Amino acid sequence: MNPHPYAFLALFAAVAVAFPLALLALAQLWFRFFQPAKPGAVKNDVYECGIESTGDSWIQFKAHYYLYAILFLIFDVEVLFLLPFAVAFSGLPVGALVAMSVFILLLAEGLVWAWHRGHLEWR
Amino acid sequence: MSDPAPTPDTPTDADRDELRRQGILLTSMEELYNWGRSRSVWPLNFGLACCAIEMMAASMARFDIARFGSEVFRPSPRQADLIIISGTVTKKMAPQVVRLWNQMPEPKYCIAMGACAISGGPFKQGYNVLKGIDRYIPVDIYIPGCPPRPEALLHGLMQLQEKIRGQRLTGPTAPPHLQKDTTCDYPVPAFGAHDLEPPKNPALWQPPVLVRKEGA
Repeated sequence: MNPHPYAFLALFAAVAVAFPLALLALAQLWFRFFQPAKPGAVKNDVYECGIESTGDSWIQFKAHYYLYAILFLIFDVEVLFLLPFAVAFSGLPVGALVAMSVFILLLAEGLVWAWHRGHLEWR
Repeated sequence: MSDPAPTPDTPTDADRDELRRQGILLTSMEELYNWGRSRSVWPLNFGLACCAIEMMAASMARFDIARFGSEVFRPSPRQADLIIISGTVTKKMAPQVVRLWNQMPEPKYCIAMGACAISGGPFKQGYNVLKGIDRYIPVDIYIPGCPPRPEALLHGLMQLQEKIRGQRLTGPTAPPHLQKDTTCDYPVPAFGAHDLEPPKNPALWQPPVLVRKEGA
């Protein structure tokens, strides 16, 4: 009997989980028997640097670049999906056509919004 | 390197050498562990002055520190085993050096490379120069020179490997970071009104006592 063609994936997954777990267990044993933990205020600092770190590691990233993400989605990702759509256009069922129209309309709405807000103007 | 009181049952280093010549590898976990870590000492990617140029030369193809397993210069102290104090430590820089040293995980080692790191060197009289990094950090290997040649750095590294190979994992002779009730926190100096405060770590360094002879 031949094994399933994707059986090796299960093997890979098992090794990928077992290997780091074994190493972590080894490190834990080492810590238990030989090397007691030596924490320190400086050692456990938020960021390793010669300069004293300030603040917390839980900081909020500013989402100032969301506009570029939206425009990138509109122009680049749309093209990515439009190309296979155009290639298979003549043989598509009605459902696929409707789904694709909804997708394009959604992105077009984003484009209208960005245009209306003046985000497309070069400053 | 051998135990204080070897019984006839425990093999000594000479016994092991003799067995190795006969093609039998007899080892202990301690020896295996030290063998491994002494040959993969990762230095911190950290240079201070002209000695750092020699350190870079040692890491390049001509001198090739990779032969000794130390080519992996880590940009983070959390991944480094060794800090090479390569150059003049100014009092402005000393807190940063000690902070980096504190952030390195044990076991960690320190090489003072060159006259400046050892004692302040030619700049010893300068008001802004630390007179030796061993006032704040326990130094394992001192490499004299101004600057030391890359060969000297490699020799220092070999000496450090020798030291690592001789270290004990357990018992009272084990290094401090393996003992239960020792601290591995080294106080980071701060800028005071006139000097760094504290000017030294008294547990590590005390000024030499000058004895003036009668009639001299």
